Amino acid sequence: MQLPPESLGGWGLVVALCGGAMRGSIPYMFVSLGECLTEKSGKINLGMEGVLLMGAMTAFGVSDLTGSPWLGVLAAAAAGLLLGALHAWMTQQPAVNDVAAGIAMILFGSGLAFFFGKRFVAPMAPQLPLLNLGGWSHTPAVASALRISPLFFVGIALSFLLHWVFTRTRWGLQIRATGDDPQAARALGIDVNRVRFFAITAGGGLAAIGGAHLTLYFPGIWSEGISGGQGLMAVALVIFARWSPRRCLAAALLFGGAQALGPSLQSLGINGYYHLFNASPYLLTLAVMIATCSPNRSLTGMPGALGKK
Amino acid sequence: MSVTRRQLLAAMAGSPLLAAEHAQDPLVIGFIYNGPKNDLGYNQSHAEGKATLRKFPWVKAVEEASVPETVAAGESMRDMIYQDGAKVVFATSFGHFDPFTVDIARENPSVQFFHCGGLYDEKKHPKNIGIYFGFIDEVEYLSGMLAGMSTRTGKLGFVAAKPIPQVLRNINSFTLGARSVNPRVTTKVVFTGDWVLPVREAEASSSLVDQGIDVLTGHTGSPRVIVQTAERRGVFGCGYQFDQSSMAPRGFLTGAQWAWGTVYQRVAQMARDGLSVTNGTIPRRLTGTLKDEFCKLSPYGPSVSQTARERIAAAKAGILNGSLGIYRGPVRDNQGKVQIAAGTTLNVADVELDRMDYLVEGVEGSAR
Repeated sequence: MQLPPESLGGWGLVVALCGGAMRGSIPYMFVSLGECLTEKSGKINLGMEGVLLMGAMTAFGVSDLTGSPWLGVLAAAAAGLLLGALHAWMTQQPAVNDVAAGIAMILFGSGLAFFFGKRFVAPMAPQLPLLNLGGWSHTPAVASALRISPLFFVGIALSFLLHWVFTRTRWGLQIRATGDDPQAARALGIDVNRVRFFAITAGGGLAAIGGAHLTLYFPGIWSEGISGGQGLMAVALVIFARWSPRRCLAAALLFGGAQALGPSLQSLGINGYYHLFNASPYLLTLAVMIATCSPNRSLTGMPGALGKK
Repeated sequence: MSVTRRQLLAAMAGSPLLAAEHAQDPLVIGFIYNGPKNDLGYNQSHAEGKATLRKFPWVKAVEEASVPETVAAGESMRDMIYQDGAKVVFATSFGHFDPFTVDIARENPSVQFFHCGGLYDEKKHPKNIGIYFGFIDEVEYLSGMLAGMSTRTGKLGFVAAKPIPQVLRNINSFTLGARSVNPRVTTKVVFTGDWVLPVREAEASSSLVDQGIDVLTGHTGSPRVIVQTAERRGVFGCGYQFDQSSMAPRGFLTGAQWAWGTVYQRVAQMARDGLSVTNGTIPRRLTGTLKDEFCKLSPYGPSVSQTARERIAAAKAGILNGSLGIYRGPVRDNQGKVQIAAGTTLNVADVELDRMDYLVEGVEGSAR
């Protein structure tokens, strides 16, 4: 046992919020980046909640069976790719509605995850190694907040990479053209169906990595209630990040921090209204939606053909 | 009301014939749980209790996990009755009771239902429902004693789901136990708002450790995330509901856990002997304490000293022989009001405690 940590008082809140942002933002980050990629191609995948759960379960199972958490992350991504591919195939059938198919995918993904997840009786699977960036601090709370999952940095790098892909590369422009105006894209000789298939599948793979974070670091267990609606919240997050990968990153950090607000205020002795503070991520969603969606500026950046045939 | 073949045989022919009948016809008992069987918490504690029935070859136990507290609970019970031939059904989750267990019990008067912790009302509810529950306060008290002996900062943390009487009782008895060995100890409480919220439980645990607490416990569907976070942050952890020592190989102290097998075996035997809750031969309310082995202390973790084990054993002996009452007055709440008068000692089974709406002195938090 190490020496008991000293109390941080009010600074504890700041540390908790920053720590919370770096721990709790990762699922939001990966799911929203995956959804951003999907929606840029003009399709919606509401089934991310199911993908997140499948990713969480697969990562836990594979890490437990093989002893390698990184194999768990890869397996989660593979499971996400499969679910993404299924959604891509489904939504390209004639007269299939994206939203309806997405809801079916939530049920399918979570049902599949619960079914296979039943057999994991191990309390914990081998966890992802953490980067210890807080070694300089003598305050255990700070040191602990700065023990950061490598997936956090992968997520940040991905958001900048996606931004670069969308703005600077041929593939990115093809995806955006497909999402904005599939007719025009076809006229340019782009295989719209193939581009969409690729974008939706890759989006699923990204989102599932967020699930791996849930079972392999924070909170680090497999439970049917592990996602708690984060997959759905992250889809909403893409809308108010206005389909920009870098804004998705910022929004994810905000949400991760907001998640820590309720518990840390209570531990500081502010006991009233904890239901309200616990609801802060949801209130934040509403507030940001209202702030960003005035009739004039609404949905700038929205892919032109999103959700249409 | 129809008389079943088993009851008829029991009445007419006595035990030899009955024994012969058992050989051909197992007693089917159904169990429904609200969550998964491997939650290392409340649901697993019931599933483990059900698993102890294996030692009775004349019992066939069927179960269904993750049964929501909706009409699905009724459907699951119906399936057990009509398809598996269940004669006894245990509904383990609070929300399975009204209206689901009540309705199915009314439809099937020859089947006996037992509900964990339900609020039975003789005027409204059918006679073939029994209620069972345990009072685990004494075990929380012992667990709290060990926490009080182990803390160096004098601050304990408690992550709780909701401020309902049963949770408040556990926070209070844990704190009373800790303060019985070290009167300066305080307990900080964080409410998460619901029974299963792993991410928020982990956040709450982490923020409590940031505030300097060095023993962490909780009351949620499964406090395994709380115990696990304690281990990661290098502080001690105490479990609840089920044995969580596997989540914290270094810092686990002990915990209060259920032992439902006691209830399930007893009811199975009574049902085999032709007794029934409908005619009152099985008591309407089956409740028990540490003494009745409805609950027990989890195995000690490796850091618990011999001296500490001996002190806990002595206190446990005191509880078992009745010389140590855990709710002995004066007990003040954290607003300074006397809740249990000096000279009064409440028994854990006293109904007064079921209405508990305060946190005792030494708890930092609000019961509202």
